[in-house]
Amino acid sequence: MTTWPILSVVTFLPTVGALLVYLVRGDDKAAQRNVRWIALWTTLVTFAVSLLLVARFDPTQADFQFVEKAPWLANAITYHMGVDGISLPFVILTTALMPFCIVASWKSVKLRVGEYMMAFLILETLMVGTFSSLDLVLFYLFFEGGLIPMFLIIGIWGGPRRVYASFKFFLYTFLGSVLMLLAIMALYWNAGTTDIPTLMHAAVPRSLQIWAWLAFFASFAVKMPMWPVHTWLPDAHVEAPTAGSVILAAILLKMGGYGFLRFSLPMFPLASQYFAPLVFSLSVIAIIYTSLVALMQEDMKKLIAYSSVAHMGFVTMGIFAGTTQGVAGGVFQMISHGIVSGALFLCVGIVYDRMHTREIAAYGGLVNRMPLYALVFMVFTMANVGLPGTSGFVGEFMTLLGTFKVSLPTTVFATTGVILSAAYALWLYRKVVFGALVKPSLATIKDLTFRESLTLVPLVALTILFGVYPKPILDMSATSVQQLVNNYNTAVTAVKAAALTQ
Amino acid sequence: MSFQSAGYQLLPVLPELVLAAGAMVLLMIGAFQGVRVTGLVTALAVVLLVIVGVLELTLPAGKLVTFNGSFIVDDFARFLKILALIGSGATLILSAEFLADPSRRIFEYSILVLLSTLGMMVLISAGDLITLYLGLELMSLALYVVAASNRDDVKSTEAGLKYFVLGALSSGMLLYGASLIYGFTGTVSFAGIAAAAKTGSIGIVFGIVFLLAGLCFKVSAVPFHMWTPDVYEGAPTPVTAFFASAPKVAALAVFTRVTLTAFPGIIPEWQQIVVFVAIASMALGSFAAIGQKNIKRLMAYSSIGHMGFALVGLASGTAEGAQGVLVYIAIYVAMTLGAFTVILAMKREGRHVENISDFAGLSRTNPLLAFFFAMLLFSLAGVPPLAGFFGKFYVFVAAIQAHLFTLAVIGVITSVIGAYYYLSIVKVMYFDEQLTRLDPVRVELRAVLAVAGLFNLFFFIYPGPLVSVASAAAKSLF
Repeated sequence: MTTWPILSVVTFLPTVGALLVYLVRGDDKAAQRNVRWIALWTTLVTFAVSLLLVARFDPTQADFQFVEKAPWLANAITYHMGVDGISLPFVILTTALMPFCIVASWKSVKLRVGEYMMAFLILETLMVGTFSSLDLVLFYLFFEGGLIPMFLIIGIWGGPRRVYASFKFFLYTFLGSVLMLLAIMALYWNAGTTDIPTLMHAAVPRSLQIWAWLAFFASFAVKMPMWPVHTWLPDAHVEAPTAGSVILAAILLKMGGYGFLRFSLPMFPLASQYFAPLVFSLSVIAIIYTSLVALMQEDMKKLIAYSSVAHMGFVTMGIFAGTTQGVAGGVFQMISHGIVSGALFLCVGIVYDRMHTREIAAYGGLVNRMPLYALVFMVFTMANVGLPGTSGFVGEFMTLLGTFKVSLPTTVFATTGVILSAAYALWLYRKVVFGALVKPSLATIKDLTFRESLTLVPLVALTILFGVYPKPILDMSATSVQQLVNNYNTAVTAVKAAALTQ
Repeated sequence: MSFQSAGYQLLPVLPELVLAAGAMVLLMIGAFQGVRVTGLVTALAVVLLVIVGVLELTLPAGKLVTFNGSFIVDDFARFLKILALIGSGATLILSAEFLADPSRRIFEYSILVLLSTLGMMVLISAGDLITLYLGLELMSLALYVVAASNRDDVKSTEAGLKYFVLGALSSGMLLYGASLIYGFTGTVSFAGIAAAAKTGSIGIVFGIVFLLAGLCFKVSAVPFHMWTPDVYEGAPTPVTAFFASAPKVAALAVFTRVTLTAFPGIIPEWQQIVVFVAIASMALGSFAAIGQKNIKRLMAYSSIGHMGFALVGLASGTAEGAQGVLVYIAIYVAMTLGAFTVILAMKREGRHVENISDFAGLSRTNPLLAFFFAMLLFSLAGVPPLAGFFGKFYVFVAAIQAHLFTLAVIGVITSVIGAYYYLSIVKVMYFDEQLTRLDPVRVELRAVLAVAGLFNLFFFIYPGPLVSVASAAAKSLF
């Protein structure tokens, strides 16, 4: 169908852009402008090319498409790329959000602009690569490689406690993933390959499944993040620059969920089923506990960070329910949360650029001076709450529906999270936007500029579009999700049948 | 071929002979022309190393054995000899500035490095315990002198003396172990020992313990690492770079060859020793480095840790493990040489600075240098996609294959702890306030750094050749 490797182009185009940025000499105004435009055009072109993937994607096929394969490391480990209905939405999410990140950093980043843009562009390569690699070692390379640029982004352009936050981010995630690396090696010796499609059909012995599942869980649970290993996230979010927070919340967290979908469920179905109660418990704790913690926050970014942990709880719950609705809901919830939480961080960034504080107490009555901002912020707040008509509702509803069939208590407890999320999100909105504008420092605050509206309006449109018409994403992933769930159920019932006949 | 003497084939030792003769010629040039030819001698020494390397590669393929099996040239030896030659050659290039100082124009320095390299080559090819000891002593004696080559500096002299005293002790232990093994097997050749030591009698196990203790000293593995931080800090920086690269290659080579070819029948007996040493080295390397203020001391602990990682591969006792060791040591040499090049480039107003705090804000004042160093540090920490990750990957793959799960888990956890101190240096360079600009970096340093840095950065694109060569080399041991 295709003659040129679209997927590799999408993956490595940002790196080419980063090289171009490197070639820009000097640090004066003109050079900085050039750097910004190069970065923006690179991300836009990458996005355009990635849309080609959507156009040529055949949603009726469950197998991997746009497959590229080349020898790489020894014989068993290859450069193998490809996407299916589960990974393609994440690739698009990544390429779509990058231009917003670049635009969001247009004015707020004045220091070392070239290095900043290079870090983001290289990060884009690594993120797209993570979602489209079909070899475990290659996946690990992209997955872990992302730590370096993110470490630098938080550490160089972050807030006052940036050093602490960047170290915590790096070491937490690194510790989780090295254990996964060992599991990858164990799988390699078990099946003689690290090829993901092959491994999905390889029968892994139950004992190895249990250990490998735990090792992969260590990595993805930290990345996701799940309670109780979520503590790096609020720190990283608070200290990261706005665009860094957006990427962190919208895409890096999704790598964990994607990992569960790509590896845990298809490769270790027995272990996934065995550990599902554990995941349910952790998810419920995450949903309720972090929502309560979010209620207590005084920092806007921290509040949204905790709400992310709660929302990811719905995702893990849905995925490990192992039902079609649960898994599809998990995918949808991740995409939706990518858009909504990214947008919420952009909203916080907008007032932070004006006031240089994220204290909730420092704001109030913004609606009087910033009506447009108030409107946009409201849409995203509602989506965060999960109001029907916004994309947030679809994902939460589907995951709850999917889990209902498997575990009633989990669903009951998780549903209380919907109420709690309304509590903290509306509380934040009331404190910041409503009320009289009494603080003198806010008296001259300006509404959205054209550039800021440009970044937020498309996200508003997507939030509402996917809220009332979620079909595009659900259709894209339907066949792959169905196959995943079928294989999972077959594996689980086969073992049950075997146990009965003995 | 009639190239022989007293009935022995001399072709396999031709590179060593050329190196020995060349070193003598250069010594004569130095002795008759005096200190003014120091630069020339160094340059010729590098040329000589290149010639030896080419000779080594043009030897007939396959396994060459001479002197009744006490000298072996196989793919394993070729791989590691080339690596040791690269390490020595790069060190000589890095030493140019050190030797250019009028107070330190000592031409003997280059000759000692050459002789030490000769010792390494003999060591790598050793096929019996006598050759092993000869090579080891030739290498070490030259190193003791080189460590003290900054004659007027108390620290350098102390480093040399300390290294000598502790080195002599370890040689004694090694000899004792060798004599025990000889006593209980009746032979010194590795092949003979392998045939005799089918079961681990108490005498042989004792012998192995003492032999490995001596070798652990040379690779600076815990618990025989105590000399490393002091010698690394005290010795002149180019010498430290040398210590950290070529001798480590040779010592690890002989470690691998002895354990795998002389004691293949009693793997469990020595495996437990290697596992313990590996765990202790990795743990000490990661924890002790955290508190260091001096970059050379930090690199000393870092190298202790890295030797631990390399030994993880050896602990598996398989061809995959040997391959892991070879890949690891090759990448380690590149990383270490690169890192020491940066340390050598750290010069402000004519003075070398060695404290980690001196790196503050390097990313603003010397962005390219800081970038390369950061890459090397991430690589040392084993973060993909840099070369260091692949080194760790291959040793841990071997450990998992051999079902050494505890070792592997402890290994990766210490690598995370180790990442902390590498990150701390990146933090100092990238997050802290800047100091004044460094002095211009000398051209030979730039060249070495560019080669080492780019190798680390782009290794992942085409890792095939090194991996397959290492695989062939590892198989030649079995």
